[in-house]
Amino acid sequence: MSAVPYLVSFLIIFPMVIGFLLFLIPSKPVRKVIASISVALIVAAAIWLTVVYFLNGAEGIWLFEETEIVDKVILVAEIVLMVFITIMCFRYKKYWISLLSIIPTGLMIWTELRAPKVEMAHIYIDNLSILMCLIIAVVGGCIAIYAMGYMDGYHEHHTDVPERRKFFFMVVFLFLGAMFGFVFSDSLMWIDLFWEITSVCSFLLIGYTKTEEAINNSFRALWMNLLGGLFLAVGIMYLAFMNDGQVSLVYLVSAAWMGIEGTYLPVAFIAFAALTKSAQLPFSTWLMGAMVAPTPSSALLHSATMVKAGIYVLFRLAPALSGTVTGTIIAVVGGFTFLMTSIMAIAQTDAKKVLALSTVSNLGLMVACAGMGTSGTIWAGIFLMMFHSVSKALLFMDVGAVENSVHSRDIEDMHGLLYRLPRLAFFMFIGIVAMYLAPFGMLVSKWSALKASVDSNNIILVLLIVFGSAITGFYWTKWLGKLIGRTAYNRQIKDITKSSEMFSLTINAVLMVLLCLLFPFLSSSFVDPLVVQLYGTYQDVIPGEILYILIICVIVTFAVPIVCFLANRKRPFDQKLAYMGGINEDYDNSYTDSYGEKEKLWLTNYYFAHKIGQRKLMIPSQLIALAALVIMISRVIGGAF
Amino acid sequence: MLTPLSVRFIYAIAYIVLAPFIGGLLEGIGRKISARMQRRVGPPLLQPFYDISKLLKKKRSQVTRAQGFLLTSYMLLIIFTGAMLFFGTDMLMCFLMLSTAALFLYLAGCVTTSPYSSLGAQRELIQEMAYEPAILLTALGFYLAVGSFDVETIYNSPVSPIMIIPGFFVAFVFILTIKMRKSPFDESTSHHPHQELVKGLTSEMSGRNLAIFNVTEWYETVFLLAVVFLFIKNSSAPLVSGLVGIGVVLLTYFLEILIDNTSARVHWERMLTLTWAVTLCSCGVNLLVLMIVR
Amino acid sequence: MADITRSPWLLHYDASSCNGCDIEVLACLTPVFDVERFGIVNTGDPMQADIFLITGAVNAQNAPVVKQIYDQMSDPKVVVAVGVCACTGGVFKEAYNVMGGADKVIPVDIYVPGCAARPQSIIDGVVAAVGLFKERYMQLKNKQPLSVGHLEGGEGS
Repeated sequence: MSAVPYLVSFLIIFPMVIGFLLFLIPSKPVRKVIASISVALIVAAAIWLTVVYFLNGAEGIWLFEETEIVDKVILVAEIVLMVFITIMCFRYKKYWISLLSIIPTGLMIWTELRAPKVEMAHIYIDNLSILMCLIIAVVGGCIAIYAMGYMDGYHEHHTDVPERRKFFFMVVFLFLGAMFGFVFSDSLMWIDLFWEITSVCSFLLIGYTKTEEAINNSFRALWMNLLGGLFLAVGIMYLAFMNDGQVSLVYLVSAAWMGIEGTYLPVAFIAFAALTKSAQLPFSTWLMGAMVAPTPSSALLHSATMVKAGIYVLFRLAPALSGTVTGTIIAVVGGFTFLMTSIMAIAQTDAKKVLALSTVSNLGLMVACAGMGTSGTIWAGIFLMMFHSVSKALLFMDVGAVENSVHSRDIEDMHGLLYRLPRLAFFMFIGIVAMYLAPFGMLVSKWSALKASVDSNNIILVLLIVFGSAITGFYWTKWLGKLIGRTAYNRQIKDITKSSEMFSLTINAVLMVLLCLLFPFLSSSFVDPLVVQLYGTYQDVIPGEILYILIICVIVTFAVPIVCFLANRKRPFDQKLAYMGGINEDYDNSYTDSYGEKEKLWLTNYYFAHKIGQRKLMIPSQLIALAALVIMISRVIGGAF
Repeated sequence: MLTPLSVRFIYAIAYIVLAPFIGGLLEGIGRKISARMQRRVGPPLLQPFYDISKLLKKKRSQVTRAQGFLLTSYMLLIIFTGAMLFFGTDMLMCFLMLSTAALFLYLAGCVTTSPYSSLGAQRELIQEMAYEPAILLTALGFYLAVGSFDVETIYNSPVSPIMIIPGFFVAFVFILTIKMRKSPFDESTSHHPHQELVKGLTSEMSGRNLAIFNVTEWYETVFLLAVVFLFIKNSSAPLVSGLVGIGVVLLTYFLEILIDNTSARVHWERMLTLTWAVTLCSCGVNLLVLMIVR
Repeated sequence: MADITRSPWLLHYDASSCNGCDIEVLACLTPVFDVERFGIVNTGDPMQADIFLITGAVNAQNAPVVKQIYDQMSDPKVVVAVGVCACTGGVFKEAYNVMGGADKVIPVDIYVPGCAARPQSIIDGVVAAVGLFKERYMQLKNKQPLSVGHLEGGEGS
């Protein structure tokens, strides 16, 4: 028990310190060693914390009541951040964005100095924080290790990009520290600081290459996240002044649940801020723009950190959102994002963009779960988050590794990847299958999300999820088909994946399989208590019988193909040419065209880019989502004053 | 009243054993009826079984080795899914497993790198996208009507679910045309020769593999018709509703044959929009009414 | 199990026919003749076919195609040359680009004469082919070498 405060402080401060230290070390090998050791330490600390937490009966822990000095430090840090953002904005002539930083910081300073003070703990640890902490430590740590190998390969074939690796690692570690702070803090003042740090870190990561596109995209990410920060600050200030200086998130949720005056607006505003952070429509474009960055930063933003911060806040707020109009609107916006971004993902041939859009759409589903805010949907949402973090990290890292070997990240160029880069293709298979296929993780969550939305009589959401999940199946399956397509050109190519990359990929893949297999155990021992902590009560989301059926399903789905494969392996058969109207040339890869010439056969998937591409759909869907959010905010403001 | 576990096992095993015979017989009847509609005598009733027996006797030949194991997996998973339904477990789970099984069919089409087979596989995916919402909504409809996803409970519901969810029934029957690969929606496997697709998804399947595919189709047909039956069956008048249910099942099957014989294949885009529109309208209106009434 | 003869599936290939024989082949499917009575299905796919119906003379351009399609059919299989052109080259025999009948390229089992071949004789040919189909199946089952049809120039040419 006594170790907990130290572990928490360690997890928050250590990555930041290491980040700055890495920036100062000139030698690359030394840097790598230090980074690996620190990742190991971080993971160890996170696991230690988890163990200690569980040994203490897995009950919520409150820490740090006397924090006057820390509060001052945080205030100073906020001001430093503000100054930094303002300088960046002026350097790149985006003057107005600095306002989005100056105003909220001003509000926060005002709140800190003028609002009444109450005795409160600033750190709160419960199952949800522990879960987030593990995700950040393990998945985030894996990505950091992966980045070490990846950035070498990246700079080998992107010679035009200025080498700023030291800076990159500094930001990554800073990011991890801020995320730890974010999920442990209960004081909204602290949360606000960590919020701003993650915004700035993602801004720096996206702008890594310093091309014009990167700079534009990074500023887009910055202003959208700062806008969220502005709403967060307003919400905090309102809460503090209306509730005698209460700035505890847990207090806010329970107060809003009980219907105490003056909590409705903060909940809505903080939820709005969370929507910007988790890249829901209309703010999805910043996450799409983040694709210009090197793959580890995309992986980091998409899986373990950044976007999950928004989801985390929404899960915390979920009990307060349950059954309110705000909650319903948020759920519909989430469902709408789920559907629209899934449609857009069909039209993408760029693997990273497909992943990005699918991230947004899965986040949409989580947001929908949070917006409905019943214990059942949160249960589903938590699982979605777990599975999504691991499989998305796996997929992003994998695509990055494939890109380094194949020099393309076009899905069409992954034709027959299973024969060319067997290991990477196999990992990709695991990642994709876990993303959408029954009976593995994500699908169970979809199952209970559907059930919950029917229970809460939300027709629109039911339809959105049903159609959305049909579309999700389309783009994933089509990708899988590409991987196994057979041609004679499928000779193995040189796999230049570094051992550090392989290490991270393997860990993630193993984790993924374990999650799928241990899912019922996780549900009963970890997620159910988590929901109880949030709601006080809990009904079985998935009845026991179904859980057993699920286990059987998982086993069958694993066993059947393997057994069939083994049984089929040695069976003799006549090898035939594929049918092409009888005009195959030599093998299945070419045919005789109408001029009698030999023509290479080239198979592609359907994309319908001209019909449902981002260009067509993005702006209309942004407008619709924006309209919904404007209604939500104006309702809240109208009701509050 | 719940059916004892042993009886439920018997149902599941009965499905595994009998479904191919029922499915094959239905196809035989279908071909006969089709022939009569075209003023032909038509093949013998047992023709589908003759076909299967011949296909099994042909020498194994494949374009690629992987095809065999993918198709076998597809068949086993479909059988497993059907057995789950007949055992009386969760219906939504069954439907989700159905799409998992369908993945293997898609992969079996893709792995050959034949243009026709790949094109058919792509269209199969579009079909899946078209019918998936209706299928999922059907499960949700049953949940609304009966209060449970449990097939066991649905089977023993006091009122025929169709009285509460007629809209879902319409949507489900509509997508049956796609599932049974009948015109106008036989996008992925054209069952008439000399079309641009050749045999679509099944182009590269010969002998044993094609037999596996066909038998799996029969399993799937029985599975789907069982869902149609569940729309009708109630526990207040088990015998009458059961008989009416069988009647409706046969009528539905006849309707599919009629549609097949009176329509030409449409473009996939048309299929997608049409199916989604029907799903959205009939299920949406039904849902709306239900949620207001509830 | 049912007899293998009850389900012969056809593959119809037009080598360079004037379409006369093709029309007659299709006529077999109409209500008047209705070959589906015998379980005969006209598939468009060599992978699934048992009997190869070839119409028209073989020329330099389509010879490899005929050969390839024949190879793609899985054993046991039977080839039926329908119409005099497919049998011998017919009136086109002397044309500069025509190689002759189908048996120049692939081993032909049954010859159905006529210009154009009548549906009755086509059905007759197919029925004869079905007998041969069964014979080949028995050979396959007993692991004997399969009998081969007539190929101009003999094996391996």
